[in-house]
Amino acid sequence: MKRVYLDHIAAAPLAPGVFEKMRPFLEAGFGNPQSLHSDGQAAAEAVEEGRERVAALIGAAPEEILFTASGTEANNLAVKGLAQGRRAKGNHLVVSAIEHASILNPVKTLEKSGFQATIVPVDRQGRIDPAAVAGALRKDTILVSVMTANSEVGTIEPIAEIVRAVKAEAPGALVHTDAVAAAGNIPLDVEALGVDALSLSGNAFYGPRGSAALFLRKGTKLVPQTEGGVQEGGRRGGSEDVPAIAGMGEAALLAAAAMPERTARMTVLRDRLLDGLPRRVERVYPTGSREHRLPYHASFCVEFVEGESLLLGLDFKGIAASSFSACTSKSLKASHVLLAMGWDHALAQGSLIFSLIETTAEADIDAVMDAFPPVVQRLREMSPLYTEFLKETRR
Amino acid sequence: MIYSDKVMDHFQNPRNVGTLPDADGVGQVGNPVCGDMMTFYVKVKDNRLTDVKFQTFGCGAAIAVSSMVSEMALGKTVQEAMDITNEKVAEELGGLPKNKMHCSNLGADALHAALENYQARKAGTASGPAAAGRERAAEGAAPDHCPYCDGPVQGPPNMCSCKTCDLDLVECGHCHLYTNGAETRCTHCGAQLER
Repeated sequence: MKRVYLDHIAAAPLAPGVFEKMRPFLEAGFGNPQSLHSDGQAAAEAVEEGRERVAALIGAAPEEILFTASGTEANNLAVKGLAQGRRAKGNHLVVSAIEHASILNPVKTLEKSGFQATIVPVDRQGRIDPAAVAGALRKDTILVSVMTANSEVGTIEPIAEIVRAVKAEAPGALVHTDAVAAAGNIPLDVEALGVDALSLSGNAFYGPRGSAALFLRKGTKLVPQTEGGVQEGGRRGGSEDVPAIAGMGEAALLAAAAMPERTARMTVLRDRLLDGLPRRVERVYPTGSREHRLPYHASFCVEFVEGESLLLGLDFKGIAASSFSACTSKSLKASHVLLAMGWDHALAQGSLIFSLIETTAEADIDAVMDAFPPVVQRLREMSPLYTEFLKETRR
Repeated sequence: MIYSDKVMDHFQNPRNVGTLPDADGVGQVGNPVCGDMMTFYVKVKDNRLTDVKFQTFGCGAAIAVSSMVSEMALGKTVQEAMDITNEKVAEELGGLPKNKMHCSNLGADALHAALENYQARKAGTASGPAAAGRERAAEGAAPDHCPYCDGPVQGPPNMCSCKTCDLDLVECGHCHLYTNGAETRCTHCGAQLER
């Protein structure tokens, strides 16, 4: 059976050419970029080329990019490093209710050491209102962190407007954006956005796992969270992961060139799912914004069934998808994103996400269209909630 | 795969799915907020379970557990069926992931609720289906494993914390499962947590 892989938000394959770019640095070119000898300098050149390419993807200067080992690390570094760096100016932070755990958990940790945080709500589409962010600002606000796009519901946030609103109200506050789900998939320019810091991850745009970066506007103070040597200008110690950086650079170069074509193609396929699945199966609700939406992302709440059993049922049919239902998560907690958007607990249990990859074809979408109705039907026939619903509608 | 072959078999080919309009006993545990909800129907003749049917809303484990319980109970006497425990069900399934033991492994409770409903109807104290709380499963006992990280838990009931992720765990007064002490609502059943 041919597998249909629609779980981009969990992991994406390497774009063609990325592995070839990395390979020399896993073999003969193993030198440490900090070494003075030729082996080291060859590696240093690869790191700097990677830095230039990643910078170019988001309109930054190369020296404004610092590499990390994951998007999570970049987010931790931004939240803790920027907040601690501005401590003398205030101790108030503002984040949205739908941020990733790698933003929300560092914020909780900072709260334990005396920082205060305001959580800004979102609307039913998962959109953050710039006025609501501005309304949450205080005289002592030092950092605002709002994501560029949400990987769970696909909604793209109005970052440029949020930055404008923040800078007008509190010029001293820094703005960070977690762009892990967005960078390399939609056009982003740090100048146009006006952000002070931005996190991005290589795998999200078909680079290697373990490649990620933080854009940090020139002159912005950051307290290092991984102390060690002078790597990354002393802001992030640890020997550079040369193959990962070279691979991320290559993926960035490819993503910048391919973005218009990828976006056009994926949007059509995505819309087939968003329109088609609710038409084929009753009580299937798209989640997130339709208008402001990641091109690779189709997400739903399927009523009367639970997300983990949907995933298992689809997997039997060769389809890989994802869910943020309580049962799917290790923590057994309902999705904080769906709850913040106003979905009730029972519906949030039916969370289902298809996230397309570069190679997703028309035939893959056909396969989902065919497999989805019987998988849902089988689970609904087992569901006491569905039986109840049928009884009530017959009345 | 996080599940045994036996769990996947019961998930994919569940035995005895359905309802019994003329059931002698009906029992239900859980609710959609917890993530798992099971309804069991039993027919009893000469003190033996002649038919067992179930419906389940929930994860793969919850569906497999219900299916296994129905298979274990069919043909048993009422007393034998009452002796089926959640632990025995998990064992028959070749084990369940630790963090699923408390939330999804409720099949025996649902069956017992159906049998109690049967006994109550026979005694003339009930005429319709009964819903039993899940509390009997976990009452008075601290969890063996942290519901968040699967790590070991230390401390007496209601004062326990996870050794690994350092969370204080509080017992929900409604479903008696344990939740992060920082939450205001139980993450299993949604009930307000009382301090």
